[in-house]
Amino acid sequence: MTLNRRHFVASATAALAMPAFLKNAYAADDIKFVSILDQSGGLDIYGKPMVDTTRMAIDEINKAGGLLGRKVDLKVYDPQSTIQFYTQFATQAAAGDKADVVHAGITSASREAIRPTLSRFKTLYFYNTLYEGGVCDINNFCTGSTPAQTVEKLVPHTMNKWGKKVYIVAADYNYGQITAQWVQKYVKDNGGEAVAVEFFPLDVTNFGSTIKKIQAAKPDMVMSALVGGAHASFYRQYAAAGMNKSVPIASTTFGVGNEHKLISAVEGDGMICAYSYFEEIDSPANGDFVKRFKAFAGDGAPALNELAARSYEAAYLWAEAVKQAGSTDRDKVTEALRAGLGIDGPSGKVQIEPKTNHAVQNVYLAELKDQSFNIIEKHENQPPTDTLLVCDLVADPTQSTFKFENGLKAAGIDI
Amino acid sequence: MRELREMKATWIIAALGVLFTFAAPSILELFTIITLAQVIGLAILALSLALVWGFGGILCFGQTAFFGVGAYAYVIAAVNFGGSTWAVLIAVLVAAAFAAILGYFVFYGRVSDVYLAVITLTVTLILFSLIRRTSGPEYKVGNALLGGFNGASAPPLNYPWDVSAFMFPEQVFYVAMIALILVYIFCSWLVRTHFGRVCVAIRENEDRAELLAYDTRLYKLGIFTIGAAIAGLGGIFFCIGVSRVTPDVFSLSQSALTIIWVIVGGRGTLIGPILATFALYYLTSTLGSQSVLNTNLVLGTILIIFVLGVPKGVVPAVSDWIQSRRGRKALRARERRLQRRRPSGGQNVGSTEGAE
Amino acid sequence: MDLLVSIILQIVYVIANLALISLGLAIIFGMMRVINLAHGEFLMLGGYTVVVATNNGVNIWVAILILSPLVVGAIGVIVERLLIRFLYGRMVDTLLATWGLSLLFIGLITSIFGASTATTISPPLGVVTIGEYTSSGYELFLIGITILLFVAVYLVLKLTTLGLVARGTMQNAEMASALGVSTSRIYMLTFGLGAAVSGFAGGLLAPITGVLPTIGTVYIAKAFITVISGGAAILAGTTSASILLGGLNGIISFVTGPTLGEVALLLAAIILLRIMPRGITGSIFRKSI
Repeated sequence: MTLNRRHFVASATAALAMPAFLKNAYAADDIKFVSILDQSGGLDIYGKPMVDTTRMAIDEINKAGGLLGRKVDLKVYDPQSTIQFYTQFATQAAAGDKADVVHAGITSASREAIRPTLSRFKTLYFYNTLYEGGVCDINNFCTGSTPAQTVEKLVPHTMNKWGKKVYIVAADYNYGQITAQWVQKYVKDNGGEAVAVEFFPLDVTNFGSTIKKIQAAKPDMVMSALVGGAHASFYRQYAAAGMNKSVPIASTTFGVGNEHKLISAVEGDGMICAYSYFEEIDSPANGDFVKRFKAFAGDGAPALNELAARSYEAAYLWAEAVKQAGSTDRDKVTEALRAGLGIDGPSGKVQIEPKTNHAVQNVYLAELKDQSFNIIEKHENQPPTDTLLVCDLVADPTQSTFKFENGLKAAGIDI
Repeated sequence: MRELREMKATWIIAALGVLFTFAAPSILELFTIITLAQVIGLAILALSLALVWGFGGILCFGQTAFFGVGAYAYVIAAVNFGGSTWAVLIAVLVAAAFAAILGYFVFYGRVSDVYLAVITLTVTLILFSLIRRTSGPEYKVGNALLGGFNGASAPPLNYPWDVSAFMFPEQVFYVAMIALILVYIFCSWLVRTHFGRVCVAIRENEDRAELLAYDTRLYKLGIFTIGAAIAGLGGIFFCIGVSRVTPDVFSLSQSALTIIWVIVGGRGTLIGPILATFALYYLTSTLGSQSVLNTNLVLGTILIIFVLGVPKGVVPAVSDWIQSRRGRKALRARERRLQRRRPSGGQNVGSTEGAE
Repeated sequence: MDLLVSIILQIVYVIANLALISLGLAIIFGMMRVINLAHGEFLMLGGYTVVVATNNGVNIWVAILILSPLVVGAIGVIVERLLIRFLYGRMVDTLLATWGLSLLFIGLITSIFGASTATTISPPLGVVTIGEYTSSGYELFLIGITILLFVAVYLVLKLTTLGLVARGTMQNAEMASALGVSTSRIYMLTFGLGAAVSGFAGGLLAPITGVLPTIGTVYIAKAFITVISGGAAILAGTTSASILLGGLNGIISFVTGPTLGEVALLLAAIILLRIMPRGITGSIFRKSI
């Protein structure tokens, strides 16, 4: 995305001179696609690549003639890593812009802040981040991978390779705690032992005492569900204490903020991660996607991860549903999506599972080497097993709850 | 009731506020009205600091502590009672009680102004960090989950004593607007009462006020607690507007923003900080819907320009400007009169008298 | 035994870390009564200095030990000249201005380097083995350099004429001015010193924690709590508060886990401020610096 002066002046004037809050008429022809993702503040390491790929998808759709003969108009809001702006922009998108679809949210907090609003205004909502699972809402399509999908594959593979004693470190909030519970379950199911589980507040940067505890516990491997910029220090300090040589790490969160580019090759080599997408997937569709993205984003193109690729695929998933429905009407598009609609994206086939509105998707395991991932295993068409345990939208399409808000036990899952 | 008669400007502003409330649906978009509920919550917060700092002279850097305590108390109470009526009352009382305890330690411990500012900020930061560590099902108050980093969803407002009749967000706007106007009138009245005048006297010279046999600690504690109750009320509307309460209410940026609203609006006025809140909120959200300039870059620059260029705040600067214009006009008129009487010389006399 | 030694070492490291991130803030607050809300960003800038320099082929030690304090110190002097010097005696306005500055730096660095930066510098010095346990050699180095830094700041303030004049100016600027001291220059140098120390800390931490434009927010709250708990005396206050809060955090983190460790630190700060509202050195060690 290059920036010239005219473009700058035009949009700066438009942004500042036109009071958006006053009543005004909108051009009715375009289809409105709104994206609300953090472009500044602490979460921008996740939000920026997601917006880049969303832009690219809409750009491509428009170049191919738009949808139903109409142009798709993309509007991007930056909630600045602040929940109150999520609520505001979601309301603005639904009631003001009259958006046909909203793709938004990174943290579960942001999703839960806007889900009720979009549901009330009957605005179709896509949430494209990997998260703890458990959303059961007819209006909300969650396309990211959930812990049961990735952990289920990662744990047995790494335990076979490295050994049965697992030390778990995770971020201290809902996502980390639920992921840690799934890890414990799958470790036990595969005949292993979780020697300890430790949770870290999101602003902790000092992991020394935990590293000592890991040394004392002598596990065969460490499972990490650490999240965010501050937690990236764990991997550095772990390597600085020489631990990466003796006790390897597996993770379902490392790499999604492009952490593998932030730490050096020596520090990261040998880690095994599981996602539904890696930039290094060797397929013609992905090779082409990566090449187009580099051309689109230019020199400063960020590395592609599951969040970025899924944002792209979700835009296409929605576009395909609009084509099949022959309309942008929410109910018709929802129906088309829930009829088992799927697309072939860079990650492979992505399909909506109608009981949960989550995605059936491929899961890849990959080993880190020289700051890039080598795919070592591919599991096709993985259903969202965790959410399926608590949610059945086919039986009751009126539901609109987040079942895992109080943890797994409150949702009736005893593991 | 002498105070109520003195408040001519207040009544005019309040009337304008009422007018705006009624006109809002026909001039504003629905989404703006919905969003305004949370902005009004923030404006009430700014108003509370305008009272405590602008009139009480207490620089409370952590006014958001009471704002956040109010918001969390509302959510916890509303979830446990299943209705908002008592929850609102409880939230305001909890915020006030928290301030009374904190204020007791600080004022009766004779802490200096600078330390008061940083202690209140530290308390806020501690609350921020503590509440972020309450993830997991074990952190519950009654039926209400605290939610840690993710926060908890805030129950909507319902009609008083009718738990089944929830208000729509656009109706919350009216309630919030009425609350803002009433609190504004209350504050304006308060600073004109005997109590308010003593507070201003303490702000101007604490030693002298004490020598006049006023227990300054008690007065400070009083205005601090009242301010906290108002901040707590703001917190309630904010979390209802956002439909969620998260630890962000205690964050450093929220604390700093509150100070910024009061500085930009002007210390020693009540309406200034309210208007500044609306204006700066509009600015930040506008920056969020464009993607050319980095939001932080623009905000930072604006703040710095403000501190250097308009240090007193907009409302005092504007009223100074109007007064000095009036002053200059009067001065010129006097000079003309003098010149008519004494055609030669005599300018110097007038200019020293006219300048204030 | 090996475990005990490495745990103690770890706790000392937590203390040193806390002291390191707080010292720059303490200097500026203690000497000038300016609350520098851009403190976290000074640390961040120090980190970026190291990253940019090493990516351009500068030796990592030169980048950390020389460039980071120099660059950020220079930025501090510029900031003082262009902004802070107009605001002396207006504590609240400095608060606002430094908050603006903090946003400006975050925005600027994000615009230049993007939201996440490829740092790719590993901590030098390898691994130190204590029996069955291993520690990062760089962490031990950080403990040492923190002690050295404190000694150096102490010597500057206590023994040099500059330190004497600076302390005098801070206590009574009018008197110092009447005695022929250029107070404006002293303020400039003090602010520069505080910024340089912050930048140095940021540079030192860059290899072991990494840098992001928003990393400052992680540090500022802790630094703030430490400085306020410590009270007015810069070195004695920061040291005593770091030992108390960091030690508690380190021990509780080890016994129970990091979440409770952080909670213990915060609760200790609350209790401390209740007993000693002016901080540790407001009540004891009052004559120290």
